[in-house]
Amino acid sequence: MNKTSSPSFKISKTNLALLQRLSNASGISGDEGEIRAIIRQEITPYVDEIKVDAMGNLLALKHAKIKNPVKVLVASHMDEVGFMIVDDDGDGLFVFEVVGGVDARQLLAKMVTVGKEKLPGIIGAKPIHLLESGEIHDVVKTHAMRIDVGPANSSRVKVGDYAAFATRFHQNGTSITGKALDDRLGVAGLIELVRHVPENVEFMAAFTVQEEIGLRGARVAAFAFQPDFAIALDSTPAIDLPRPDGEENTQYNCRLGGGPAIYLADAGTLSDPRLVRFLTALAEKHGIPYQYRQPGGGGTDAGSLHKTGAGIPTISISVPGRYAHTAIMMAQIPDWENTLRLLIAALQNISREILAVDRS
Amino acid sequence: MKTLIQKLTQTPGPSGFEQEIRKVICEEVSPLSKSVQVDTMGNLIVRVGQKSAGGLRVMIAAHMDEIGVIVSHVEKKGFVRFSNLGSYFPRYLAGSRVHFLNGTRGVINHDRPEDLSKIPGVEKFLIDVGATSDKDCPVKVGDVGVFDREFLDMGNRIASKALDDRISCAVLIETIRNIKSTPNELVFVFSTQEEVGSRGAQTAAYAIEADLGIALDVTPTGDILGVKMQTHLGDGPAIKVRDMGMISDPQVVNWMVAAAKKLKIKYQLEVLEVGTTDARSMQLVRAGMLAGALSIPCRYVHSPSEVVDMEDVALTVKLLTALLSERIQL
Repeated sequence: MNKTSSPSFKISKTNLALLQRLSNASGISGDEGEIRAIIRQEITPYVDEIKVDAMGNLLALKHAKIKNPVKVLVASHMDEVGFMIVDDDGDGLFVFEVVGGVDARQLLAKMVTVGKEKLPGIIGAKPIHLLESGEIHDVVKTHAMRIDVGPANSSRVKVGDYAAFATRFHQNGTSITGKALDDRLGVAGLIELVRHVPENVEFMAAFTVQEEIGLRGARVAAFAFQPDFAIALDSTPAIDLPRPDGEENTQYNCRLGGGPAIYLADAGTLSDPRLVRFLTALAEKHGIPYQYRQPGGGGTDAGSLHKTGAGIPTISISVPGRYAHTAIMMAQIPDWENTLRLLIAALQNISREILAVDRS
Repeated sequence: MKTLIQKLTQTPGPSGFEQEIRKVICEEVSPLSKSVQVDTMGNLIVRVGQKSAGGLRVMIAAHMDEIGVIVSHVEKKGFVRFSNLGSYFPRYLAGSRVHFLNGTRGVINHDRPEDLSKIPGVEKFLIDVGATSDKDCPVKVGDVGVFDREFLDMGNRIASKALDDRISCAVLIETIRNIKSTPNELVFVFSTQEEVGSRGAQTAAYAIEADLGIALDVTPTGDILGVKMQTHLGDGPAIKVRDMGMISDPQVVNWMVAAAKKLKIKYQLEVLEVGTTDARSMQLVRAGMLAGALSIPCRYVHSPSEVVDMEDVALTVKLLTALLSERIQL
């Protein structure tokens, strides 16, 4: 692998086809099996060891070809936000709870798929002409909504079944839309990254479970691997639309088209400043567009990774995506491509010398 | 000791960016220990004494970090928007000043709220660093700073920013200075990132594998009308019984109480209904650890002007020195 190959990486039709498969597949937190099966099939030829741990994380190792290599863990979460059936109201109507952070205001009149059989269902809404005075201003709570699969399929749904948004993936020029791009962009990216690992790196790929409900899978994955460095590869919201009042948008989190979003601080992690400097310098050197995600709330698997054992120098890099945690997201192919370029460059240049100076 | 406290409180060290305060503490402790190390998370680890027969390995933690700000956006008009490092009340912000690690200073105010009787959230606040646009603004996204407030000597009581938890850093330094001999292996940790979730202490505790963990931190007082809390300024060190994150091991509480009685120094028991300390991280590490905490009563915690009583501080040093110098039987 030559040192200048990273900026030349391009997202291929194969990459997009895999992203489409992953986006359309269902993998609500705690039920990641369908995603895991796709990943296993895709990466098996490119890794030396592969296993599924007690939590359901898919852990893959690609061994270095040298002694005492630098050990790098990259984690992307397989799970997505969705629903769980919690009660049967009869006639195909089911009470549900959300799994992960979902805004109830965007759930009405959405199509979902229920259970392993992917039975079609809808979260119904009351028609506007039947709303009572003032009702239009009320936020309908999740417990007042139902997933309606119709009487015919009623007996095929049971309490405990998961449900996912039914959105299908589309590409429109450089834009891609679909559900669960958070974090299938990361998953498909990590599958690609496995093929670009240089010989001096012991590479640890963690496809994690249960990120959306508290970074649970990453916690045990990092303990199993004990890497020198950890990187969480995720997708972060771009809230970059103009403000309705015309004032400057000061809380955009990150911007679509701005390149990979490098994390400085979120609710769970203060990125290791040595890795912030390392990635920034690499992006500058290779002319890869990048942006800093605005410091603030939110979090990624890094929140678990960096506190593992005696501590792991950790950072997050995310692909910007609009409308995260809703039925449909939008992302830009160049952002995804530049994220992978930066990560490929990082793998080619990472070394323990980064840690020769004390953290900040 | 006031000179040391002044130096420690006036040195900036927001969570995750503790390099300057670490350097200051390092200079203080280096003559006192042959083993001074910095770990992955930036914790400063100072070892004193060897474990002899019947001795324990004890981890004693005080956090170096303080609450602060991190720049999230620079407006075209030059106003700086920020996010918080650690938690604090927005009501303390308006009119405060900020000292960035790159040397820039600025003042804090906020957008005009629709309802003037309500205090806006942190996201409505801005820092004015004297810039006229984003082009001439001396700070950029990711730059960090702390609240700027000078040390105030009020006699037996002192006020400053960052007494949480530099007062405990001072207590640890003085304790290290005072300990003449010990049967214990003492591992003093000046920890990082406590204000964002006791993160430094968690990884340090994993690496150190101590038999016993003690956190030193400040605790709010019940002096103010409307605060239901027994702890009072000037009533001596507070021996923690519980807080939101931890129930101290009763053996540790009894051991501390017995030592205070033996020394004939005043002490108080602490039950805190908000917040927690590095002791939580220690208690839950690996297969668990015996843990407790000594607290220094402090008024107006997480404001730019926190107040402690110097006698409480001196007695805490005395108690901690005695606790660590003897064989510990739990």
